[in-house]
Amino acid sequence: MIPLTWYLTLAAALFCIGLYGVLARRNAVAILMGVELMMNAVIINLVAFWRYNQPTVIGGQVFAIIVFAVAAAEAAVGLALIISIYRRRRSVIAEDMNLMKW
Amino acid sequence: MSVTLPQIIFIIVAIGTLFTGTMVVVARNLVHAALWLILSFFGVAVVFAILEAGFIAVVQVTLYIGAIAILIIFAMMLTRKVMNDTEPQTNSQWVISLVVAAAAFIGLAGLLNVAVWPALQTVSLEGSVAQLGRALVEPNQYVLPFEVASVLLIVALIGAVAIASEKTS
Repeated sequence: MIPLTWYLTLAAALFCIGLYGVLARRNAVAILMGVELMMNAVIINLVAFWRYNQPTVIGGQVFAIIVFAVAAAEAAVGLALIISIYRRRRSVIAEDMNLMKW
Repeated sequence: MSVTLPQIIFIIVAIGTLFTGTMVVVARNLVHAALWLILSFFGVAVVFAILEAGFIAVVQVTLYIGAIAILIIFAMMLTRKVMNDTEPQTNSQWVISLVVAAAAFIGLAGLLNVAVWPALQTVSLEGSVAQLGRALVEPNQYVLPFEVASVLLIVALIGAVAIASEKTS
């Protein structure tokens, strides 16, 4: 039997890998890939807590599925924004997106 | 302490997922990073299967690999010419980022190991997919969050089309 800590540690490690990708990458698409890794880590946590706390209550899985829908919406809008910025400024490098910086 | 078969499977899957996840953030070639990302999503799907959440594992494969990864690869192809593999792929703060990520992991892992967690309950989860399907459309269960999520998705997709479409004026 696998202790719950293992799942949580895996999710924490995956989250931190994604965090590094978000903070360090220059390409906006690569930053979005880091966000997807972090989102996956969160869903692992949700499903693990459902399985170990109340596996007979189906609400935990419903919660995970709603988070999936939100993740899909986030990816669609994020990539649309990147394509729109690319059309206007011919760049997907995060440092070049400085219009609202002061 | 003897290691049982599910634990061995979990360790292999976890190492694979973390290795492919690391390759996503360090790969120089962005297309390779996207392919590593697909493998990482597969690893997470296997973790869901080990957790006996079969439907969520299938959703992970169809939604993350089938939709989001393909979307990312398309966005990459549309914006490909701006960055070649020879210029630096990380910004000037990558050392600080690494320290922050490592510190976050050490902090989280330390917290996880001092807390007391419930043990795995051996319950029969047979018919849980049918139960999940009913729960999503039952008026006194989760039909409202389900409908709100579908409205959110349609709004986000229409918004994405509106943002990304070419302005003709």
